[in-house]
Amino acid sequence: MREVYLDNYAAHPLPEEVREAMLPFLSEAFGNPSSLHRWGDRAREAVEEARQKVASLVNGDPEGLIFTSCGTEANNLAIKGLFQGQRKKGNHLVVSAVEHFSVLNPARTLEKQGAEVTVVPVDGSGKVDLEALEESLREDTVLVSIMAANGEVGTVQPLREIAHLVKGRDILLHTDAVAAASSIPLDVEELGVDAVTLSSDLLYGPKGAGALWVRRGVRLIPQLEGGVQEGGRRGGTENVPSIVGMGKAAELARERREERNQFLRELRDHLVEGVIGRLEHVELTGHPTDRLPWNASFVVEFVEGEAMLLLLDSQGIAVSSGSACTSRALKSSHVLNAMGIPPEKAQGSILFSLGLQNTRQDVDYLLEVLPPVVERLRSMSPLYDKFLKERG
Amino acid sequence: MGMAMYSDKVMEHFMNPRNVGEIEDADGIGEVGNPVCGDMMTFYIKVDDQGRLSDVKYKTFGCGAAIAVSSMISEMAKGKTLEEALKITREDVAQELGGLPKNKMHCSNLGADALHKAIQDYLERRKKGGESHGR
Repeated sequence: MREVYLDNYAAHPLPEEVREAMLPFLSEAFGNPSSLHRWGDRAREAVEEARQKVASLVNGDPEGLIFTSCGTEANNLAIKGLFQGQRKKGNHLVVSAVEHFSVLNPARTLEKQGAEVTVVPVDGSGKVDLEALEESLREDTVLVSIMAANGEVGTVQPLREIAHLVKGRDILLHTDAVAAASSIPLDVEELGVDAVTLSSDLLYGPKGAGALWVRRGVRLIPQLEGGVQEGGRRGGTENVPSIVGMGKAAELARERREERNQFLRELRDHLVEGVIGRLEHVELTGHPTDRLPWNASFVVEFVEGEAMLLLLDSQGIAVSSGSACTSRALKSSHVLNAMGIPPEKAQGSILFSLGLQNTRQDVDYLLEVLPPVVERLRSMSPLYDKFLKERG
Repeated sequence: MGMAMYSDKVMEHFMNPRNVGEIEDADGIGEVGNPVCGDMMTFYIKVDDQGRLSDVKYKTFGCGAAIAVSSMISEMAKGKTLEEALKITREDVAQELGGLPKNKMHCSNLGADALHKAIQDYLERRKKGGESHGR
């Protein structure tokens, strides 16, 4: 059976160059970067080289880059660590409604501990409401965290405008760039962002590494206490192979961004046009133009996402969905909800995330398989019956 | 194939659902919806002179489990007396399917409710319309 992997937002295959770069650190170069002997030196040098590469992806000072185990850990460190570091200045924190749970949940935890949290709404395309953001800023606001782009619906946030609103007020600005970093050039100096979260796996690196870059002089309270690794800001022995892989991935992401974007954009446009052209009652979710080049997310009316996912899987196609039925918590995607998409429509969520290994033939195969899958589910859908009867 | 969360039996029913459809001149119709996620099932029944379910069909909007549950219960109920069919529980359906994932036990397992509703609908129609109704 033909196999087509269109769930690259969940995981990517590892590019050969990245794998090659990691291999010595899975065998002879096994040292601990904290050790003072030559094995330690080799591991430490490799981690520092990776630090340079990852920091330069966002044009940040390498000293400010803290390696973590994943994007989630980096977001936790940013939200809790930055907020707690500014506690004397104020008690108010602002996030957007479409942030990843690794931002929203730490914000909720801080709220339970006495912090005041404002969740800024987004419009129907998933863009942060800038007026509401401006209104939310107060004398005691110490931290604003707005993602650079949303991986679920692809919408790119107006970070420049957001930074403009926040700056000059003695408020820290953090951005979760996990979904954005491979596609969008981010320059912390130019934007005036104080902290950025990155994740290895969304840069075509391996799992098991993430990073938080923090501007020099910004107070950060460590969340993982132990040894003095990462300048005392994150304890625990570094995951050297993954960090080395992340470094290589960041280097490639910077060098090849434009060609990759163009490749992904062409595939994505082919997919979107094909789906819209072949299916009725289907909508692209997220912003039509300001979106990540690899993201094609839709809601397909009158059918449920998990059922689509299973039928596509039975024909070798891997996708994901933000429907309630596909989530372990049985709640439909908070991102789709925040965009004002009603629950029964959000049930038809389907996300195709393209990757560098995909081909036009992959997309053509999907476009051949998807319409009968949707037709089959609609033929057994009482909601579709109702719609047809009401339409007459 | 993926989806290790479902038993083989659930997947088999999901991939090849039995008795899907609508009965134009149904004797009873039962509709249940899950207000949280919007899942929906509509069951249609035909009742014969012996008071047995001669036909059971359904339409379902929902996940793999919801579709498999509908298919399984339609098979279980067909040919049964109304009394017997009313005794089929959610747990019975789940058991026949070789189990359902914990988190799907309540949300997707609406088939028994929809079937029972269709039978109630039949009984109420008969009460209203007298013996002559329908047949």
